[in-house]
This record gives sequence, C-alpha cells and structure tokens, in this order.
Amino acid sequence: MATFDSEKAAAIHRHLHSHLPSDPALRVKALESLVVERGLIAPETIDAWVEAYSEHIGPKRGARVVARAWLDDAFRARLLDNAASAIEEFGFQGNATGHLIAVENTDTTHNMVVCTLCSCYPFSLLGISPSWYRSAEYRARAVREPRKVLAEFGVELGDDIAVRVWDSTAELRYLVVPQRPAGTDGWDEDALAAIVTRNAMIGTERVLLAGAT
Amino acid sequence: MFEPEDPLKPRDAVFDEPWHAQVLAIADTMVQAGTFSASDWAGALGAALKAAEARGDDDTAETYYLCATEALEGLVARNTQISGEALAERKAAWARAYLATPHGKPVDLEAGKQ
Repeated sequence: MATFDSEKAAAIHRHLHSHLPSDPALRVKALESLVVERGLIAPETIDAWVEAYSEHIGPKRGARVVARAWLDDAFRARLLDNAASAIEEFGFQGNATGHLIAVENTDTTHNMVVCTLCSCYPFSLLGISPSWYRSAEYRARAVREPRKVLAEFGVELGDDIAVRVWDSTAELRYLVVPQRPAGTDGWDEDALAAIVTRNAMIGTERVLLAGAT
Repeated sequence: MFEPEDPLKPRDAVFDEPWHAQVLAIADTMVQAGTFSASDWAGALGAALKAAEARGDDDTAETYYLCATEALEGLVARNTQISGEALAERKAAWARAYLATPHGKPVDLEAGKQ
C-alpha cells in the first residue's frame, strides 16, 4: 500500500538522517552562520571562545587570586580596594570583570552572590557559572531566604554571623574572598589555591578545609 | 603532540551541548564588539527567563539555554540587519542541508538553499 510504504520510507529516512541537530541547535547554527556571513563576528572567534571557556578559563583562576590575597596583605588591600584592577596582575580581566568587587568573609560576616535578573557572573575570573546559579529557584530564594539556601548547601551559620547577599548586574559582579582555613601555615600560593572552591567564591560554601584537594 | 595539562583548566565539563557554548559565545562576542551592551543582554535574557518561569517551564539548564537563544535572536533582530524572518529561513535551510547530506559527509549549507 502506498501509504504504508511512504510512512516506512519516511521512517527510514528519519533514521538515516538522525544526525539532524535539535531545533535549538539549528537556531543557534542559523544565528552563527548569519552573524559570521554579515561580518559581525569573525568565524574563528566563536570557536576560540568555546575552547577558552571549556578548557582554560575556570574557577582555578579565582582561586589563585584568593590564595594571593591570603599570602600578600598589600595585594589583599588592592583587591578589596579595586578588584578589577588587582586581577589585571594575573591577566584575568575580561569584559565580565570591568566592575568587579571583592567582598571578604570574616568571623562575623558571610557574603553570598546571586544574579536575581539572569546569570551575571565574573566569568573571565570564575569560568561559566554552575547550572544552579542560573536556576529560577536560586535566583529567587538566595535573596528571600539566604540562610535556608545556605543550609541546603551545607553552610550552617550561627546568629552571630551576618549574611550579606550581593545582587550582580551586567555592570557589577562579585568575588567572595573566603577565610583562610587553619592548618595552612607555611603553604605556598599553589597549595592554597588548590583548596579554594568555586562555591566558596560565590559564597555557597564557607569553611574550606586544609587537605581537601 | 603531548602537552602539559593546563593547571587552570576547569575541573568539570562546562557545557552539555555544543550549542549551549555557542549561544553564549556569540552573545559575549557581540557584547564585546558593541553590537549590543551587556545590560541589553542581561535585560533580554532576564525577560526570557521570567517568561519561561511564568509559563511553568522546567527549571533546568536546557530551559536556561533556550531562553538565551530566544534572547539572542531578539537582540540580533533589533540591533543588526538580520531579521527574524532571515533567521527562520536560515534555520530551515540548515535543516534541509542536513537532510540532503548523507551521514558522515560534511554538511554544506548550499545543499539546503532553495
């Protein structure tokens, strides 16, 4: 029967061409090919960006900055005074860190960062944000009930510790400088950087552990 | 060629799908090129996320990247000579090109143009 045959043929056709990308992948391919064709973006730029953020730019950058702040008081002062300029010493600046503010945890203060609007994040310093940072749940609850959210991340704060929640924007992004843990006396910058986690620099982790690497 | 591992390499896989990476790459590159501002991008992405939330879409990475795609399409249509219709036609041309190309062969957009 013709109908049966054409359906079967269509099924075989779909199977043979199952490499057809998903609908959103095709939308992005359309965007990419048109912006390149119109000369709005150089073709190699997109591949270079993807490779950089997949392979080279991640939270270990921020960890180096934190480690140096722990070791070098003059650098720490520069970082807290003007973080955007201080990270230029590492070459970690980028268009997402033009107005970077470093906020320091203390015995009585805990800092936590969110972007309530979308997903603003200092990605040239910390890499691409984790999925939970972009979730509607985190964006809404981090401001409304930060202690509860922190508890879910395993951070239990006593009443003597104040929580400050910083709402990022396209123009203003934050780096939390966690406290240096006990048991790290005499450690060099590499060793210290290795124990600084991404979540600690967003503020959803508080107590870093020596020997956690 | 062997090379030492980059000590600053991210520990975990960053993107689940190539298009997730590409949509952010295009958006960030266009911000850097000045086609639209970082605030424009945040505003468009924020609006798309808000709409997805209002619709009750799943709170997942996939939804986030769909919103990013929608936001970028809107900004491109508003800030360049590339219209929404041109984007839709190009997408259809890519789909035709993929369907016209045997598996394993490089996909040529020309094969999908009408």
